[in-house]
Amino acid sequence: MPETILYLTELVGLRVFDLKRRTLGRIKDAAIVPVLDPYRVDRFLIGSSYSWLAIRHDQVRQISLDGIFLADEQLTPYHADEYMLRLVRDLLDQQIIDAQGRKVVRVTDMTFRVAAVNGHDELRVDEVDIGMRSILRRVLQGALPRRWIRLLQSPIPPHSIPWTLTDILEPDPQRRVRLNITYRHLEEMHPADLADIVENLSPEDREAIFETIDSEVAAETLSEVEPDIQASILESLETEKAAEILEEMSPAEAADALNELEEDTKAEILDELDSEPKSEVEELLEFHEKSAGGMMYTEYIALPEDANVATALAAVREKTELLEFQNVLLLVDRAGKLKGVVPLARLFAAEAEKALRELAADDLIHVQTGARENQITELFDKYNLITLPVTHGDGRVAGVITADDVISVLRQR
Amino acid sequence: MLKRMRYQLAVFFAVIGPGFITAVVDNDAGGIFTYSQAGAKYGYLPLWTLLPITVLLIVTQEMCSRMGAVSGKGLSDLIREEFGLRPTFLIMAALVAANLTNVMANFAGVASSLELFHVSRYISVPLAAVAVWLLIVKGSYARVEKVFLFACVVYVGYIVSGVLVKPDWKEAAIYSVKPVLIMDPGYITMLIGMVGTSVAPWMQFYLQAAVVEKGISARDYAESRIEVIVGCIVMSVIAFFIIVACAGAIWSQKPQDIQNATDAALGLKPFGEYAYLLFCVGLFNASLFAACILPLSTAYTVCEGLGFESGVNHTFRTAPVFYWLFTFLIVVGGGVVLLPGFPLVKMILASQVINGILLPFVLIFMIMIVNKQRVMKEWTNSPVYNLVAWGAVVVMIGLTLALVGITVRQMVS
Repeated sequence: MPETILYLTELVGLRVFDLKRRTLGRIKDAAIVPVLDPYRVDRFLIGSSYSWLAIRHDQVRQISLDGIFLADEQLTPYHADEYMLRLVRDLLDQQIIDAQGRKVVRVTDMTFRVAAVNGHDELRVDEVDIGMRSILRRVLQGALPRRWIRLLQSPIPPHSIPWTLTDILEPDPQRRVRLNITYRHLEEMHPADLADIVENLSPEDREAIFETIDSEVAAETLSEVEPDIQASILESLETEKAAEILEEMSPAEAADALNELEEDTKAEILDELDSEPKSEVEELLEFHEKSAGGMMYTEYIALPEDANVATALAAVREKTELLEFQNVLLLVDRAGKLKGVVPLARLFAAEAEKALRELAADDLIHVQTGARENQITELFDKYNLITLPVTHGDGRVAGVITADDVISVLRQR
Repeated sequence: MLKRMRYQLAVFFAVIGPGFITAVVDNDAGGIFTYSQAGAKYGYLPLWTLLPITVLLIVTQEMCSRMGAVSGKGLSDLIREEFGLRPTFLIMAALVAANLTNVMANFAGVASSLELFHVSRYISVPLAAVAVWLLIVKGSYARVEKVFLFACVVYVGYIVSGVLVKPDWKEAAIYSVKPVLIMDPGYITMLIGMVGTSVAPWMQFYLQAAVVEKGISARDYAESRIEVIVGCIVMSVIAFFIIVACAGAIWSQKPQDIQNATDAALGLKPFGEYAYLLFCVGLFNASLFAACILPLSTAYTVCEGLGFESGVNHTFRTAPVFYWLFTFLIVVGGGVVLLPGFPLVKMILASQVINGILLPFVLIFMIMIVNKQRVMKEWTNSPVYNLVAWGAVVVMIGLTLALVGITVRQMVS
């Protein structure tokens, strides 16, 4: 194996030599300063006879398995520095996020590349190592010579994640800023993947992520997270932040999330919501969780009975995001009472002037807000539904239930 | 008020599982044998040990479930984060060795309990192994837990068989609270054995992992603690009835040594077919239950600590180490029971030694972590509780090491 790479397990305990090749001490830890350079090992910390000393990266001449040779031996005592990410103390054995594999992993070792810059060697963080090979290195570290360990590990396939594709977890918000920790990889993930990751984290790491990421992403993710974890996240956040996230969610999802909370917290967060979503959410909270009213969405497309296909297409274009889950538009009379449903597919085959009434499905299948889960799932199964309209007692449209809600209900059984 | 109570009751049922299951599985084939032997040889005298055993169990189990609920991380995770990979690796290696022999003992329990019903072990053991494997590999966590809770209910059989034997209840009541120490080496050894085996390392890991997997958070902790305490009490109640049954059936005729748990079952035969049947069914159930939990818990703990994907909600492809380790434990644990001439008794004694050596490390790591503010926030031990906890840990370690000494002497002679 070429010596252009070095593992953190090898770096720790490596001898440091001064200009006259006398041993100054052994490496205890190394730090990067992310605001300066997120890859370069900026400081090497050595434990000499009485205290720890810090070596700046530009004081190093050469780095190899035999030791670190200095170019400048004017070392300064080590002081704790908030801008330093210490690799052994802060990263080794801790959890980080693997953006590529979309999961949480534990750092077993790190791989550096040794690069010559302006005539002196630098270490650049290349990969985070997980898996058997790095475990072997850790277990044997210090017990066997470094070159023997390299020979022993060679039959085991490596398992590493590029350093660029990781996000570090840090619960302390101040330190997050100083260490320049962002959750940009997380924000780019599919919310469902992010939700899986969040579910696997400790409560304080969850809080850290939801505090930091964009409210819209947070809202999409929160609605994918399991109900009891949803509740603990909302409770851990500042009330304003929790409200901000809930406002980004659909009223139905926000109501579901609030339903999991204890009464006091629920009231506090509700108070914090803007008036429009607040009244909608409050209305939904009145319904029993396991009834049609508790399951339904309040966003749908409804048009007057006498509207024509052209109007319908225009309305559909305005609300394309609803088409991801819903496949009908609702026909209502002047009082808002449900009169029929038109499968969206029929719009595309029809002429622009045709009245929607003529395209309506023969059977008007719908439920009232009080209908129970079982009845609803049965209807979806029996009539192969994707969207089911829900009405109030007087026949006015209240909302729609979509197939993905039913799938969630069935999975929870 | 009523609503509040209903809420709490609902939370209690939502958190039921981890504490209950862990405590009840503590009465596995080995536990049942220990208690049967105590009752058969010394009658009602050893009953008083159950009270201190319950306290020890509660103190150790409570800390684990609290750590799980607050940190959201398993015990092996925390040991790794706080003490590094090498100690974790060594603990995991010892745990695999100890649990493997425990699995063997429980498959042997399955074999011998079914042999009382004239089922050959060459049929019963492979069938049991396949059943256990399928349950875990094909099931989700929620379903697996339901099966486990049902298995807990079967333990009621011991209570019934204890009643059917018509023991001397007055004596039983007196000796439950009256400590009796006689200077008989056999008696002392038995007391040490009863207490020393009551807390096993795997329980700590399993309980904490199960609390995390179930998503119990710090806010549900009050209910979770009740669950743990009730679980420990139930365990002791079952142990009480096993001792009483054997005291009433065997000791009252003639105090004697028994060789295994099936001897105890046979001793109950004169008191009616039902007492005997229930005892056998209980033994079978306990063995099979432990043969399920031990491999599962081991695979969980090891993968967690070493950073491999784990959990029954994964598949063979996404969590290979988890499933292969689980499969290995079942195949080897069940397989050796079928090997004629395999030194099973020696292995079980060896497992007791490994467990005994491992336990002090686990308990001390536990108590150190539970007192770390960084991990536990405001949930660290109070000073008084710490005194109790350290007391319990010291007693536990002392008795376990005494047991190790006795076992080693037994193995040598």
